[in-house]
Amino acid sequence: MQWDIVIGLEVHIQLATKSKIFSGSSTAFGAEPNTQASAVDLAMPGTLPVPNAEAFRYAVMFGLAVNAEIGRRSVFERKNYFYPDLPKGYQTTQLAQPIVGPGHIDIDLANGETKRVRIHHAHLEEDAGKSLHEDFHGMSGIDLNRAGTPLIEVVTEPDMNSAEEAVAFARKLHSIVTSLGICDGDLSQGSMRFDVNVSLKPKGSDTLGTRTETKNLNSFRFMEQAIRHEVERQMEILEEGGQVVQETRLYNGDRDESRSMRTKEEANDYRYFPCPDLLPVVIDDDFIDDVRASLPELPDARRARFQSQYGLNDYDSGQLAGDARLSAFFEDAVHQGKDAKLTANWILGEFSARLKAEEKTVAEAPVSATQLGQLVARIADNTLSSAGAKKVLEALWSGESSDVDAIIEAKGLKQVSDTGALEAMVDEVLASMPEQVAQYQAEDNPKKRKKMLGGFMGPLMKASKGQGNPKLFNEILIRKLGD
Amino acid sequence: MSISREDIEKVALLARIRVDDAQIPALEKDLGNILTLVGQLAAADTDNVEPMAHPLDAVQRLRPDEVTESNQREAFQAIAPATENGLYLVPKVIE
Repeated sequence: MQWDIVIGLEVHIQLATKSKIFSGSSTAFGAEPNTQASAVDLAMPGTLPVPNAEAFRYAVMFGLAVNAEIGRRSVFERKNYFYPDLPKGYQTTQLAQPIVGPGHIDIDLANGETKRVRIHHAHLEEDAGKSLHEDFHGMSGIDLNRAGTPLIEVVTEPDMNSAEEAVAFARKLHSIVTSLGICDGDLSQGSMRFDVNVSLKPKGSDTLGTRTETKNLNSFRFMEQAIRHEVERQMEILEEGGQVVQETRLYNGDRDESRSMRTKEEANDYRYFPCPDLLPVVIDDDFIDDVRASLPELPDARRARFQSQYGLNDYDSGQLAGDARLSAFFEDAVHQGKDAKLTANWILGEFSARLKAEEKTVAEAPVSATQLGQLVARIADNTLSSAGAKKVLEALWSGESSDVDAIIEAKGLKQVSDTGALEAMVDEVLASMPEQVAQYQAEDNPKKRKKMLGGFMGPLMKASKGQGNPKLFNEILIRKLGD
Repeated sequence: MSISREDIEKVALLARIRVDDAQIPALEKDLGNILTLVGQLAAADTDNVEPMAHPLDAVQRLRPDEVTESNQREAFQAIAPATENGLYLVPKVIE
């Protein structure tokens, strides 16, 4: 049987505020356990929450960026459940009147088409603490530093139909929140966590199947794997005539397996009610207009600008514009190097490959945008061949030297572009390879000729000690050998 | 309005309140009375009344995003039943 896959996402996004949503505790990552957990975060009797204005500002920025209605009157509710990393016994969250109403995000699909994914709503809430289940004499350890960190939870409609689409949405969301500067986007620190709702229905059917929710996926790769895993699991059940049970599942990415998480159905009865400790938060037009006016450039607009301003193609502009920090790096480098297309090639090629290999972020790159721009300028003015440029990048990367021109000088990488000298080398090499010259001249197929031309390049580069300008060599060769 | 024994047991479990069997008949009566009162309130015509999220007719004041709390872990952990390496220790919670 053929099946349609239906996917909806719930994404928890940690907001990059300095302090928590309801207390003045720091939200900085990596502090000693419980050193950033105040009386409010610990739910000490008599304490009261006071909401952080910046969290609202960030939530409204997000709402505007996804073309959503902003909730003018937003109300906090208590979601009641017992867990040791939730000291109050409830999570303060929003339900019926969230800060961000229905909106949408457009994603690019592999086939070049654009797909609109609707956002049901996004609400503000507090994060819980962390439970550590290593053995503390048969007990669990609780760190409440994270308790009270502001989150927005983005809930989509079930508009995605494959793991690829869900990942494309997650990446676009990541790109938007990091471009807005409302989230640091560091998935390894849990800054974005994904819950995926998956169901299957017979191809073409209008009736949705029973869904499961796989919780707390913290990377794009795990999310993709978890969806594939769950689709396969449900397909097996359905094709054997069984029924999918609505439940929450946990996915283990290291083993590619999942298990049911909540066995007691009572656990899902959260008994929401409006939080008596918090009054409704009213957002007025002035506030929204002010946020709108200060909204930074979003990925789609940046992509369009990179195409019109720098003449980049669709792919390169998309790759760069999706990443706010890489975009800034690119623009700083172009400022030095001028040749935008070449700069984009080097950033998306060699530079990104090195970052990936060393698992570094753009901010951690040992080569600055200025240095990369200078390097590109030296390729553009023919001082460097691309092979020579790679050597310069290596020297910059390893910290051997920080000056592009000094490296070119010290390593003798300056290309010889003096036509007279290059012609003499070509003459010499051709004279030493009479057989190959004859074969070349007897060949009619232009493709084969082009390939044979390459056979002369090795000896030429050797003769020039790697410093001959390959482009000029090529031109001279064609002229000397005759067309 | 009445409330069943099963409902009382479920609510007690969710609220982590231990209720002895002997207490249930009295709870059935008391909670039933409360629900009857709520039923009377629910019967009022509120078609033209905007729902309120809070009894005070006021809006929430927000605070600027500043870190105002300092580390007081030692003081808080002095009253905790068990701590280790800065963590609060609790009975093992994993399923």
